[in-house]
Amino acid sequence: MNRGSFSISAGLYLLLFFTYLFGPLAVMVVTAFNSASFPRVAPWECLTSGWFAKLATDDRLLEGIGTSVIIGLGVVVVAVPIGLAAAIMLSQVGPRVRPLLYTAFIAPILTPGVVIGLSTLIFWDRVALMIGADYDSLFYDGVFLTIAGQVTFISAYSMLVFLSRIQRFDATLTEAALDMGATPTQAFVKVLLPFMAPAIASAAVLAFLASMENYNTTVFTVVADSTFTTVLAGKVRYGLDPSISAVAVIIVATTLVLALIFEAAKRRSARGEAGLLPMDRPFIRAISHPAAVAALMLVLVGGGVAWGTSHDSSACEQSILDGKRAVQRELQEKRQELHRQNAPAAPSTAPAAPGGVFAPGNIAPKPAAPGGVFAPGNIAPAPAPSRIFSPGNLAPSGS
Amino acid sequence: MSGAHKSATRGFAKRMVDRNGLPVAIYLGVAVTVWVLLLVLLPQLAMLDISFRHNLPPSGIGGPEDVYTLEHYRYFAIGGEANADSWNGLDIGVLFKTLFAALMVTLIDLAICYPVAYLLAKSTSGAAGRILILALIVPFWVNEILRAFAFRILFGATGVINEAGLGLGLWDLPIDFIGQDIALYAGLSYAYILLMIFPLYNAIESLDTNQIEAARDMGATTIQVHCKVVIPYAKPGIASGMTMVFMLSAGALAAPQILGGPSNLWFTQLVYQWFNSGGNWPRGSAYAIILLVVCISFVMLMMRLFKVSIGAIGR
Repeated sequence: MNRGSFSISAGLYLLLFFTYLFGPLAVMVVTAFNSASFPRVAPWECLTSGWFAKLATDDRLLEGIGTSVIIGLGVVVVAVPIGLAAAIMLSQVGPRVRPLLYTAFIAPILTPGVVIGLSTLIFWDRVALMIGADYDSLFYDGVFLTIAGQVTFISAYSMLVFLSRIQRFDATLTEAALDMGATPTQAFVKVLLPFMAPAIASAAVLAFLASMENYNTTVFTVVADSTFTTVLAGKVRYGLDPSISAVAVIIVATTLVLALIFEAAKRRSARGEAGLLPMDRPFIRAISHPAAVAALMLVLVGGGVAWGTSHDSSACEQSILDGKRAVQRELQEKRQELHRQNAPAAPSTAPAAPGGVFAPGNIAPKPAAPGGVFAPGNIAPAPAPSRIFSPGNLAPSGS
Repeated sequence: MSGAHKSATRGFAKRMVDRNGLPVAIYLGVAVTVWVLLLVLLPQLAMLDISFRHNLPPSGIGGPEDVYTLEHYRYFAIGGEANADSWNGLDIGVLFKTLFAALMVTLIDLAICYPVAYLLAKSTSGAAGRILILALIVPFWVNEILRAFAFRILFGATGVINEAGLGLGLWDLPIDFIGQDIALYAGLSYAYILLMIFPLYNAIESLDTNQIEAARDMGATTIQVHCKVVIPYAKPGIASGMTMVFMLSAGALAAPQILGGPSNLWFTQLVYQWFNSGGNWPRGSAYAIILLVVCISFVMLMMRLFKVSIGAIGR
C-alpha cells in the first residue's frame, strides 16, 4: 500500500465515518432555517432567518455568553502559566520522579467533571466557613468558583500542549546563553519563553475554548449565575427550539472560518511541501493567502447576515398557517358530519380531538429543575423527610 | 516527614533554583503547588471528609452533632429505612448500568476509530492527512450540549431518522430511539471520538511502515498484520484512548440529561440530584467518591489485565 492512496473499501469507510461526524451537525444547521416551530427538516415549511433574530433578543443567553467570556479569560490567565510551569518542571525532574509527577498532573483530565465541580464547591465553602466569610464574598461567587474548578483540568490540557513543544527544545541553547554570561532568569526569558511562544498562543486558545464549552463542572460551580452552556442546557431541557440550532450554526460557521484561515496560514508557511494546490501559479498563491481567505470569509458571512436581515418569510409563514387552518377546518367539518350521523344512536361518542397533528411528538419538555439555583452553603436539611428527594422518586421526570 | 525525605526535597528545591534562578524557580514552585494542592488535592480531601459527615445546617457544623458517620455509604449499599430489600438495588443498578454503558461506548469508539486512525496514520500523505485531521477537529468545537441536541433532533419520535424511515416505509410506527438508549449510545460515542482517535493515531503513526510491509511480504493477511504487528505496537495508545473515553463517558452529565430516556438514570445524575434538588451535599459527595473509586479501580484492573502502565495515558 502506498502512502497517499487507499482502497475503495477504505475510502467508503472514511466516507461513512465522516457522514457520522458531520451528518448530525448538518441536520441541525438545516433545521435552523426551517420556520417550523420544532427543529425538523421535513416537512419543510419556510426558509427563515427568524430564529437568529430570536437569539439576538435572548437576554439570558447573551448574559450567559458574557459570563462565559469573563470566566474563559480568567481561566486562560491562570491555567496557561500553571500548565507551562508543570511542563517545565516535568522536563527537569529525573526519570524516577517523572512518571509519578506526570500521573499526578494528568489525573484531573480523567476525573469526572462532576467530581471536580462538587469538590471545588465544597472546599471553598469550607474555607469561607473557617474564616467566617459571608455569602457575598469571593468564595460564593460563581465566576471565581468556576474559574477555580475549570483551571484544575484545563491546566492539564495546556501542560500537554507545552510538553509536546518542550520535547523539541534544544537544551544546548540555554547552556550557550549561560556560557555567554546570562543569568538563569535571563536565559529563561530570552531563550525558553520565545521558543514556547507559539505553544503559549495555542494553549491560550485551547484553554479559552475548553472553558467556553465546559458543562459538567460549571453546572455545579456557577451557583446562582449562568454561563453559555448552562443557559443552553436549560433551553434544551425545557423544550426543543430551532433557535438552539441557530446557536449551532453560528458556532459551526465561526469554527469553519477560523479553521480555513488557520489552514491557509499553515499551508503558506509550508509551501515547499507537496500540497493539493499548485502553488507556483500566482492566482492560486494570492487566493490561498490567509488574508485573502479571511476576506473571502468576511464577504460570505457578511452576505449571509445581509440576507438574514433582509429576507422576509412572513408571507410564506402566513400561507403555511392558512394551510394548517384549512386542514383543521376540514377535520372539524368531518367530525361534525360524523357527529350528525352518530347523534341519534350514540350521542356521547364524541370522537377524540385530532389535536397534536403539529405537536412535536412525544418529546414533551421535561419539567427540568433550573440548574444551579441553589444557594451555596444551603446545606440545611430539607424540611420534608429526605426520602422525598430520593433520586428514585424523581426518576420519571428526569432531573 | 522523615529526614531523608526532607533532605531530598531540599535537594530538589536547590537544584531547581540553581538551574532556573530564584524568580523562575519560585514561579514554578508556586504555580505547581497552587494547582496540585489548592485546586486538586485539598478539594478532593474536603469532599472525602464531608462524605463521612451528617447533613447538618451551617449552624451545626463544628458542633457536637458534627461527627463522622458511614450513613451515606450505608444508604448507597442498603437504601433508606423505607427500603424493604436488604440492599439498595436501584442505586447499585444505576452504577452498574453506567459502567456497562460506558464500557460499551468505549468499545464502540475503539471499533469505529481504529480503522480511521490507521488510515490517517498510514495511507494519507501530508496535505490530505492534514485536511482530514482538521475535518475531525471541527465538529468538536461545537459544545457537548449542542451535540446532544443534534442527536435529539435525529432520533426523536418525529426526528429525521423516524421521518425518513416512515417515509420510505421501512417501519410503520415511530421507533423510540431515546427510550431504547440508542440515541444515548450514539451521542456518547460521537462525543468522545476525538479522544480515541488521537492516541491511536499517535501510536500507529510512530510505527515503522517497513514492519507492516515486511509482514505482508512474508505472506501475512491483513488481519494478521493488524493482530500481530499494529495492535501490539499501538497497545499504549489503545489503552490511553480507552481510558479517556471510559472515564469521560462514565462521568458525562449533559448527554444523559438530554438524550437519556425518561427512566434512564446515569450515576452522575444521581450525584447531581442529591446535590442540587436533594440539598444533601454529604450524600452527593459520597456518591461522587463511589463513582470515582469504582471507575479508577475498573481502569486499574483493566490495565493490570492487559499489562499496560499508567504512564501511557495522555501521550
